[in-house]
Amino acid sequence: MPTAPAPTTLPRKSMTNGEMLLLVVFALLALLSITVMAKAHTSAYAFHAFLFAAASIASVFAIGNRYMDRPAELPPQTIDGLPNYNMGPVKVSTLLAVFWGIAGFLVGVIIALQLAFPVFNFDLPWISFGRLRPLHTSAVIFAFGGNVLIATSFYVVQRTCRARLAGDLAPWFVILGYNFFIVIAGTGYLLGITQGKEYAEPEWYSDLFLTVVWVTYFLVFLLTILKRKEPHIYVANWFYLAFIVTIAVLHLGNNATVPVSLFSPHSYIVWSGVQDAMVQWWYGHNAVGFFLTAGFLALMYYFIPKRAERPVYSYRLSIVHFWALIFLYIWAGPHHLHYTALPDWAQTLGMTFSIMLWMPSWGGMINGLMTLSGAWDKLRTDPVIRMMVVSVAFYGMATFEGPMMSVKAVNSLSHYTEWGIGHVHSGALGWVAYISFGAIYCLVPWLWHKKEMYSVKAINWHFWISTLGIVLYICAMWVAGILQGLMWRAYTALGFLEYSFIESVEAMHPLYVIRALGGILFLVGALIMAWNVVMTIRKAEPVAAAETPAGLTLAPAE
Amino acid sequence: MSTAHESHDTDVDAKSGKTTTGHEWDGIRELNNPLPRWWLWSFYACIVWAVGYWILYPAWPLVSSATPGLLGWNSRTAVQEQLTDLAALRAASSARLNTASLEEIERSPDLLSLARAEGRVAFADNCAPCHGAGGGGAKGFPNLNDDDWLWGGTLAQIQATIAHGIRAGDDEGHQGNMTPFAGVLSRAQISDTADYVRSLAGLVPATDPGAQRGAVVFKANCAVCHGEDGKGKLELGSKNLTDNIWLYGGDKATIMQTIALGRGGVMPAWGTRLPASTIKALTVYVHTLGGGQ
Repeated sequence: MPTAPAPTTLPRKSMTNGEMLLLVVFALLALLSITVMAKAHTSAYAFHAFLFAAASIASVFAIGNRYMDRPAELPPQTIDGLPNYNMGPVKVSTLLAVFWGIAGFLVGVIIALQLAFPVFNFDLPWISFGRLRPLHTSAVIFAFGGNVLIATSFYVVQRTCRARLAGDLAPWFVILGYNFFIVIAGTGYLLGITQGKEYAEPEWYSDLFLTVVWVTYFLVFLLTILKRKEPHIYVANWFYLAFIVTIAVLHLGNNATVPVSLFSPHSYIVWSGVQDAMVQWWYGHNAVGFFLTAGFLALMYYFIPKRAERPVYSYRLSIVHFWALIFLYIWAGPHHLHYTALPDWAQTLGMTFSIMLWMPSWGGMINGLMTLSGAWDKLRTDPVIRMMVVSVAFYGMATFEGPMMSVKAVNSLSHYTEWGIGHVHSGALGWVAYISFGAIYCLVPWLWHKKEMYSVKAINWHFWISTLGIVLYICAMWVAGILQGLMWRAYTALGFLEYSFIESVEAMHPLYVIRALGGILFLVGALIMAWNVVMTIRKAEPVAAAETPAGLTLAPAE
Repeated sequence: MSTAHESHDTDVDAKSGKTTTGHEWDGIRELNNPLPRWWLWSFYACIVWAVGYWILYPAWPLVSSATPGLLGWNSRTAVQEQLTDLAALRAASSARLNTASLEEIERSPDLLSLARAEGRVAFADNCAPCHGAGGGGAKGFPNLNDDDWLWGGTLAQIQATIAHGIRAGDDEGHQGNMTPFAGVLSRAQISDTADYVRSLAGLVPATDPGAQRGAVVFKANCAVCHGEDGKGKLELGSKNLTDNIWLYGGDKATIMQTIALGRGGVMPAWGTRLPASTIKALTVYVHTLGGGQ
């Protein structure tokens, strides 16, 4: 405040421990990155070291500038007895989720076209299917899904604890650090840096950086819960916490590698042979279980009752299905390795635990759908509720299909076929993306203090176009998968294979075209959402803070 | 602890008439509904099924092994049984293919359709990646539909080629390759020779001055393998240069590259990978593609 006349009345401004620590850490990281850049074994790795150096230096300046500009006192925890929520990081993460969603869907459309028409590879290594495929999966799961989870968890934990988010710089470090990890991972795939583990492709240095970000995320979330003003922890927060803790454990277990050198992007995994396969699918399956299921169930438990303005159907069901889900899910990974070198006993356990997981998964569906009782009429009038209800229905379908496919007899037909892709996308498009879209349509007006989204009609269009896309996608993949499975196992009466492999590839073509069309429709829907989000922030009718039903924020967001 | 929203009045949800747990978070309450019966019994049924499966099949790890299960089932035995069943199914037809000579197979309509049925799928799974789905070939991989054969197109010659391969490390396989002439001939000589080779196939008039100079180079360097007339020698696998059918391409640049750098494509020896009856079926299949001699 340059106009302040009496400096003696102002509190002395000094750096917080966090600011000093981060300044030192980023300065050191910048030096280290520049050293690595100079001595890197490959140019791709040097490029990544450059990105790390640039981001570190930018962080030093950003922290310094923020310190110079901020008042001496940090924002108060409460104002007039009401919690002073910190929604700035939530806003940034919500917008990044929309951005990455579109990027991920677009890459999905490109690789779908590459499978139908290989000419779309353009003979360029950087955009060949092999490199774009992990870019697609990481962009949709970790960039889109991850930002949705971080944004909503930071929102929900504050509101349901009636407490300001813990930490001052920490929430920003989580959001920006996580998205920087996404950039490193994604550019790495395009440049050919991968450790070749599905859904865990980033190499050792990206993994280490993510570990620091994730532990910070865990601390911010946990410390916010610890200073809550509510006597009990809301069910959504159990699911968020289970997701954060388990992902940390999975990430460390599956990325236990020994780098070749500080100056090389490559590393060797400490697990070998079938143990490595088992650890990989323990990780891979629980990435589905804890990232895409537990995490998004947390969204469901907040946004559906909130939007429907109805109580959650059953507290008892939520507590039983939560503990059953997290206890059983962690065992189910071996069902990805049926009929392989994995010992029979491990395959049996993977399959039987998957079957036992069926009802605990459906507990979430029941609680989601039954919460609507007394508010079913809103399905007609509110496309956001409709989107979230359809998402819970897809969740129920995918969590029935999953245990069914884990049965060895079914798996012998479905494994390695497009059925797996269909199953994943009924969960990913139908459940994860739809509950996320629903949450975004709720959050954006709440965060920016608007009465409603700019265009409810556009939400309707998004819903119908993308639903058509999902139906085309998953039906095409079901037919393709079962067709493939049957063609591969067909024998003639003489005991010879009926079809060669390439004939089964040829048979896929029309179905791949339909799949690509479904993907394009889904992308179009997301573009409509992005337009609607931008227009809501810029033009939608604002709401006075006092009458905000849900987005009450007392201090202006930074 | 007693706050406003835990008072008795708000413990009942007005719409459903059900009681709530009494807590409220950001306006969200929870009903005190019991677990749905059907849900609970289905959950128990899944657990009972799993326990039953553990008793019947290999399930729980012990110190150095695992519980074997009452059925004694394991995946290694299961796959062995399936392979035995398949061998039994194929036994009769394989025996007939094994005992009959290649010529007998082609003469008997019954055996011929058997061999072609097996050969078609074996070809598509093993040979088509290089030779194309219909045997039409690709650059460096011969077309098997025409009557231009590098190593011979009779039944016996095709069988030998499939079983022992070409330059694949098999002692009985075809050896020798096109020698690189880059250090031996000058660039101008290579260019002239390419003109002459193209004139042999009728792509360049024989009166072309380059072709006429190339004829001399050809006679001194190439004729020993490809013959004075350029028609190739079967025992060397040297290409017939007069029929305008090309393995790597008949344009001048490609021919110059072939002369300068040589060629030595590889075909695997399938005798160590496929059963003898399948090799016979493949032989008949390839022989009847259209170019068999």
